[in-house]
Amino acid sequence: MSDSHSEITLTARGLYRRFGARLVVNDVSLELRRGEVLGLLGHNGAGKSTTLQLLSGCLLPDSGEIEICGTQLLRQPLLAKKQLGYLPEIPPLYREMEVNRYLIFTARLHGINATHASAAVADCLHRCGLEGVRNKRIGTLSKGYQQRVGIAQAIVHAPDVIILDEPTVGLDPAQIRDIRGLIRELGDRHSVLISTHLLAEVESMCDRVSILHQGKVVFDGTTATLAEFGGNADSLENNFLRITGVVA
Amino acid sequence: MIRLIAMRELRSLLSQPSTWFTLALLQFILAWFFLARLEAFLEIQPQLVEVANAPGVTAALAAPMFNLIALLLMMLAPMLTMRSLAEERRNQTLPLLLAAPVSAADIVLGKFVGLFCFLILLSGSVPLMLYSLSFGTALDHGLMLANLAGLLLLMASFVALGLYVSALTSQPVVAAIGALAVLLGLWLADIGASASDSPWRALSPLRHFEAFNTGLLDSGDVVFFILFSGVFLLLAMRRLDNNQRYG
Repeated sequence: MSDSHSEITLTARGLYRRFGARLVVNDVSLELRRGEVLGLLGHNGAGKSTTLQLLSGCLLPDSGEIEICGTQLLRQPLLAKKQLGYLPEIPPLYREMEVNRYLIFTARLHGINATHASAAVADCLHRCGLEGVRNKRIGTLSKGYQQRVGIAQAIVHAPDVIILDEPTVGLDPAQIRDIRGLIRELGDRHSVLISTHLLAEVESMCDRVSILHQGKVVFDGTTATLAEFGGNADSLENNFLRITGVVA
Repeated sequence: MIRLIAMRELRSLLSQPSTWFTLALLQFILAWFFLARLEAFLEIQPQLVEVANAPGVTAALAAPMFNLIALLLMMLAPMLTMRSLAEERRNQTLPLLLAAPVSAADIVLGKFVGLFCFLILLSGSVPLMLYSLSFGTALDHGLMLANLAGLLLLMASFVALGLYVSALTSQPVVAAIGALAVLLGLWLADIGASASDSPWRALSPLRHFEAFNTGLLDSGDVVFFILFSGVFLLLAMRRLDNNQRYG
């Protein structure tokens, strides 16, 4: 569980990003502490994925600052990205590679040297439940396993900050339960930022929630505060809809 | 990092059946051409004895062989470079590299080295076949080395151009056609120019290769290839950086 004294691993201040005339991310500020799972919640098109792309360094903000473990992402991207694991909306998998090889490649890409890479990969395969398919080609795996390889890729180098964009999409209920357990476990040691539009996910995994609506942060607080929002102890769902203005 | 990305690129190329098909077909064409030229040379050899300053076996065999592989690579290089960045974009694997602690220069140079090594593998049989002649005769090493140097520089320029065009699009086929169009265009501008000092000729990589082909090492040609490759590599790096700006 988060406590307000633990170290801040990710800070974003005043992020703006427009695509053409459309302002997709409008003054977003976030803060993430070690040992915390933050859920980024919002309707489709609320700017969740774009925000995560900005935080992962795949996209440059028009203005704003991002700090990862004390390093400015925009000024020293190579240093900051070492502390970062990122799973995009579509897992970035090389379909022709075997799971084991692929993970060794991604571990080394994040600066783990060759001698430590195989131990890191073995540990990661175990945590993600991929031991049975380690020598299979990624292209031949089912969607759920591919998603797991995507998550494995984001955590293999034990980064301080893990950013997962809708990690449980397309999984069956048993896999969702496993992945949620894994994310909860990751949240004890690292900081995890996940985006989702499923409230059950937030309830079962997240310590804190930020709700994005039309590119703006409209709510930021613990899961408990969301349940108590506006003095009416209601379901998360109703409060979420109230905040985003779908119901009055 | 460059080596890591280069190795992955090379592995990914070698995991495609089409790569092996290309490799096999090219070896067949080259071996056929080599044997045909050798036979022709052996036939006219008795008459050559009577000519003063007759071309040796190196000039009669090596120069046309290198010329052939240069022409073939002009058509093949775009097919091999097309996937490098366009496919990363199409399969949405580019975020992996963009979110990793590697610079655009590392990514582009890694891919460049990987593809360049593959082209060396592809054309490696040419010098091997030619050097096999040294069991029976003396070769003109100067001419061979000039040709080899020229071929390496030419391949570097083809790969750099192909990489840049591949960085522009998310469709590998478009990348292949684009790179081929540029290379063919430069070649046609060269052979179509009537005046021998037409500035169009100076733009064509194959024109600059010709000097190497005749055994002439001209620093101007070397500089041309280095500039040509360098410019397109830099443009590819810029394109990747812009990827973060425009999404």
